[in-house]
Amino acid sequence: MAHRIEIGFKEGLGDALGTKIKRRISEHLHIPIGDVKTVDVYTIDGSFSYEELTKVAAGPLSDAVIQHYVIDGALADNFDWLIEVGYRPGVTDNVGKTAREAMELLLGRSPDRTFNVHTSRQYLLRGTLGREEAERIATNLLANDLIERYEVVPRQDWDTDKGMTPFVPRVTGADLIRSEEIDLDVNEEALSAISNERVLALTLEEMQILRDYLRDPTVREERKKVGLGAMITDGELECLAQTWSEHCKHKIFNAIIIYDDGEGCTETINSLFKTCIKGSTQQIREKMGAKDLCLSVFVDNAGIIRFNENYSLVFKVETHNSPSALDPYGGALTGIVGVNRDPFGTGYGAKLIFNTDVFCFAPPDYDKTLPKRILHPRRIYEGVREGVEHGGNKSGIPTINGCLIFDERFLGKPLVYCGTGGIMPAMIQGKPTHTKEICPGDLIVMTGGRIGKDGIHGATFSSEELHEGSPVTAVQIGDPITQKKMTDFLLKARDLGLYRCITDNGAGGLSSSVGETAQLSGGCDLDLKCAPLKYPGLNPWEILISESQERMTLAIDPVRIDAFLALAAKMDVEATVLGKYTDSGVFHVRYGNSTVAYLRMDFLHNGLPQMNLRARWSPPRREEPVFPPPADTGQALKQMLSRLNICSKESVVRQYDHEVQGGSVVKPLVGAMNDGPSDAAVIRPLLDTYEGIVVANGICPRYSDIDAYHMAACAIDEAVRNAIATGASLDHLAGLDNFCWCDPVQSEKTPDGEYKLAQLVRANKAVYDYTIAYGVPCISGKDSMKNDYAIDNTRISIPPTLLFSVIGKIADVRQAVTMDAKRAGDIVYVLGETRNEMGASEWYALHGYVGNTCPRVDAEKAKRLYTALARAIGKGLVASCHDCSDGGLGVALAETAFAGGLGMEIDLAMVPQEGIDRDDYLLFSESQSRFVATVSPDHQKEFEEILRGEDSNPSPVAYAAVGEITASPFLSLRGTTREILMMESIADLKAAWQKTLS
Amino acid sequence: MTKANINKIVKSIVITGNGTNCEVEMAHACRLAGSDVVDIVHISELLHGEKRLDDYHFLNLPGGFLDGDDLGSAKAGANRIRHATIEGTEEKLYDQMTRFIRDGKLILGVCNGFQLLVKLGLLPGFDGDYLTQTVTLSFNDSGRFEDRWVHLAVNSESPCIYTEGTKCLYLPVRHGEGKFIVRDPSILTRLHKEGRIAVQYSSDKDGSPTMDYPANPNGAIDAIAGICNDTGRIFGLMPHPEAYLHRTNHPRWTREDLPETGMGLIIFQNAIDFIRRQVI
Repeated sequence: MAHRIEIGFKEGLGDALGTKIKRRISEHLHIPIGDVKTVDVYTIDGSFSYEELTKVAAGPLSDAVIQHYVIDGALADNFDWLIEVGYRPGVTDNVGKTAREAMELLLGRSPDRTFNVHTSRQYLLRGTLGREEAERIATNLLANDLIERYEVVPRQDWDTDKGMTPFVPRVTGADLIRSEEIDLDVNEEALSAISNERVLALTLEEMQILRDYLRDPTVREERKKVGLGAMITDGELECLAQTWSEHCKHKIFNAIIIYDDGEGCTETINSLFKTCIKGSTQQIREKMGAKDLCLSVFVDNAGIIRFNENYSLVFKVETHNSPSALDPYGGALTGIVGVNRDPFGTGYGAKLIFNTDVFCFAPPDYDKTLPKRILHPRRIYEGVREGVEHGGNKSGIPTINGCLIFDERFLGKPLVYCGTGGIMPAMIQGKPTHTKEICPGDLIVMTGGRIGKDGIHGATFSSEELHEGSPVTAVQIGDPITQKKMTDFLLKARDLGLYRCITDNGAGGLSSSVGETAQLSGGCDLDLKCAPLKYPGLNPWEILISESQERMTLAIDPVRIDAFLALAAKMDVEATVLGKYTDSGVFHVRYGNSTVAYLRMDFLHNGLPQMNLRARWSPPRREEPVFPPPADTGQALKQMLSRLNICSKESVVRQYDHEVQGGSVVKPLVGAMNDGPSDAAVIRPLLDTYEGIVVANGICPRYSDIDAYHMAACAIDEAVRNAIATGASLDHLAGLDNFCWCDPVQSEKTPDGEYKLAQLVRANKAVYDYTIAYGVPCISGKDSMKNDYAIDNTRISIPPTLLFSVIGKIADVRQAVTMDAKRAGDIVYVLGETRNEMGASEWYALHGYVGNTCPRVDAEKAKRLYTALARAIGKGLVASCHDCSDGGLGVALAETAFAGGLGMEIDLAMVPQEGIDRDDYLLFSESQSRFVATVSPDHQKEFEEILRGEDSNPSPVAYAAVGEITASPFLSLRGTTREILMMESIADLKAAWQKTLS
Repeated sequence: MTKANINKIVKSIVITGNGTNCEVEMAHACRLAGSDVVDIVHISELLHGEKRLDDYHFLNLPGGFLDGDDLGSAKAGANRIRHATIEGTEEKLYDQMTRFIRDGKLILGVCNGFQLLVKLGLLPGFDGDYLTQTVTLSFNDSGRFEDRWVHLAVNSESPCIYTEGTKCLYLPVRHGEGKFIVRDPSILTRLHKEGRIAVQYSSDKDGSPTMDYPANPNGAIDAIAGICNDTGRIFGLMPHPEAYLHRTNHPRWTREDLPETGMGLIIFQNAIDFIRRQVI
């Protein structure tokens, strides 16, 4: 039978969670509400005596100083509405798992007694609410119907003596394990129907290739030998769907594209990935020669570069957009712990040293009617923030920086970019760590979590738009502690050389992790019956493709297996042998003695023909804005500082641990009051050296409203200039490209596919052009191509977005520079040229315009500036340096001043510019490759000499001293007419900047 | 192992596993502070009898999220230490811990380590009772996890050996459950009377203890940030001394003149010096 233990706070003690919920009910749902109290509920599905339950309740489950408990009774009293929220069957319940382990330890483990613990939470609300309001609180705030169930009980229906009846969310279903065979020898319509009904996301053409493969007589002969017939098994079909999914195979990036540039020129591009991304990296590496910093690019779970002679750095950014749209908390949590496993499973395995996150949301104050199945942006914002908080903080990995972008179109899908970096010794046990090998005969071993139905069809689902039937099982909830225990163990196993190869289980689960690594030996023999399950009743195909979290797959030499398993057992980590790697040329999957999949490795990985796509570019023409310059420039600047894309993100930043591991050098918040926005993060990954790492991001989706080429160029420039501003140099900098696009394949539902694909082509051309120009190679990347929403007649597509992330080395962290003004009397410089490039700027957006001329990056000039500036910073000549991005010079000047707690006197007439005849444009143009730097008068001469460079230089760096830092706390601007344009106290400017998301 | 065998070599242990995450920098702090031996030991090595607390002088309980803090901060972790036995023996890990205390050795718990000490009943440990929990650390008043630097006022009357010779400290807090609460007012009175309150959150203006957010980041009663036992040899605090070992850890190191060594190191130096002077 099931028991309930309820735990609540003693009378008179605060209930911080209750208070927070109360605030959210009144502020977000606008429902007047009295006090809110919470009660934690543990439902124990097993037989225990009252004494045992008391021991558990009084011991690990409650804190006697502040809490009280009741066993099989009710604490709820003095409420008007009771809402209890618990998980649905099969959803990961981390707290329940920890409670069960604590009970086993306390009461002793016995094989005769198996039990489970499920958690739920009661919210006791006071206030004169109606049922409709209580239901609204439950569905819009407390519970996510997709993964949670809830009960709403009004006071009058409550019987304290009876309390709530225990509810056990047990997974039930057919206990009969079966493998199905599907006949593909059917007509086209039926083939398409098979793909749709099974959420395979395979096209008709791809289904036909599968059909033809099975028609091959030699294939039939081989299959016969292992007891398979002419029909495809569900395991094979599902495995192929994973392996061939857009998510895993990047079909669009590998397609043959005929690109029409709209001006009569047509070219054929044989794979954007090969030509633009890999192609540019190859050229850069060749040019670098002996100085090449790349060790492993595009072949592993993450890219690897050199840090120093003895250590290498690993970096990867992933997205987890679709799951975060459905379950923001679980989706984002899984996003971060999922990307953690990428560097962890790269090469021979890396220790994780930083996270960096970028989120794109619709505005949290969105007040129009929400399309069906879309959660309110504020809920997505809060849920994602919290998911990444728990995932990052509990894993002990510092979240060293990130950013938040807002645009209404992210209502269609939020973008949740999670990035993780790692470090590993360059050699372990005498072998280089940046490569992978597997020998035939090596054992396939899975470690970490168990397999459930969670995350089934994650890969295929994310290869589609969000639609009515988007599956519930596509969502998983990560468990950072299970993963931490596993990574602690595997790092030890790594250093002892106990395994040969490591990779992670992400999208596609075992089918991908084993399928991909089996290429190293040439085949595999995998027995799914050996796999540890969360609960019985999973069919073989489900075990094969489940995306249950916290799992790594390893290849282990049979002579080391005993030592490996013993260490796992000692460290309380589950590890299971699931078969062996072979050189049979076949991906062979069994369930005990019966074969459930038998596919030629070559067909599995290379059987998919390239897609053929067409792209046609036509530049959009928009209305040229007409509005007068602001009457009050100070007011305008404050308005700009308050905008969502510019304002302070401190409330979010503070909730992420950015200092754990002890190597924090430049934090996300800097300056006199620890609240200025830093441009890039600097950390020291090894505590006994001053060598450090710089990490920065660039992202500007708005510019793709004008031209995705410039959007991408600006993203790259922004990432690079952020890194430079903080102390990096172009000599030791590598990038990651992470594309989030709306469906660019022309079809009935995407009539503008050719235009969207042209945007993709153009963005890729920019990646090619600018990475080569800067000599910053891409080392890894990712694309997510179906960020659309389509239900009923509503279709929302995100703006095409490239996140460019860079990682660089700084030789001595003591040379790093922060963005805050340092001393009164320092000279303020503007570096780089300001042009009339107002298109898609925040200033135009404020006036409701997009315009036509977005910023363009002049890579030659920028490179010269970045090289000179890096030299000046390396010589210690620069007191502060801040990049100009959203909101332009006006925002950068204000931020520099108020972060330093100092004033500024600026003469805008001095600013190097071209083609601008309005002060507001000069202040808010978002021209790229610019900085605001401050320099002590003692260093002025040397600083300017470095910027000037050689006299013979045909295109010198644009720079000018434009004013001075003042002790008087005012930002004072003189306009181009030399009149005082504005004078605002830095406190007021800062307040405007801080109020929006505080 | 007898004292003579240890040979005046200071040995520090940092326990890790099940969700700790500050073990590397804590071990680094011990090393910088002059500990001759510093071992990061996974709890499974203790539970399998491969390592014993008896072989060390200085026990460090680092920050992190033991078992995810799923049952309340460090609750499941405390349950493990209290009830887990050493493989193949009847001895509990807790027995080793109480023996460690009886031997006059030093224990430092930071953040989650402090939460663990409190929930085990090791702090404040009145009258040698190291089993009864009398204080706790609960959810911040803000309802949020927060990473921010705080000023600490050091109680010069405290027997705490770790804070000796310091007046104030500036360190980061990084927690969601740091609000210090006592079981009843008599506990608080006694903590004050016996000088057990070693560090308090203080105002950056006059250095006095404060209840104002964010200087007091969690609403701790009487601004309590850290307490010690009667001998001053067991010390727990929410702020992270191991996070400020070098000037570049300071949030304003690019704008202030700071000594090369970070302020957090003194906590570890005092511990190691004390061990050399009085424990070995």
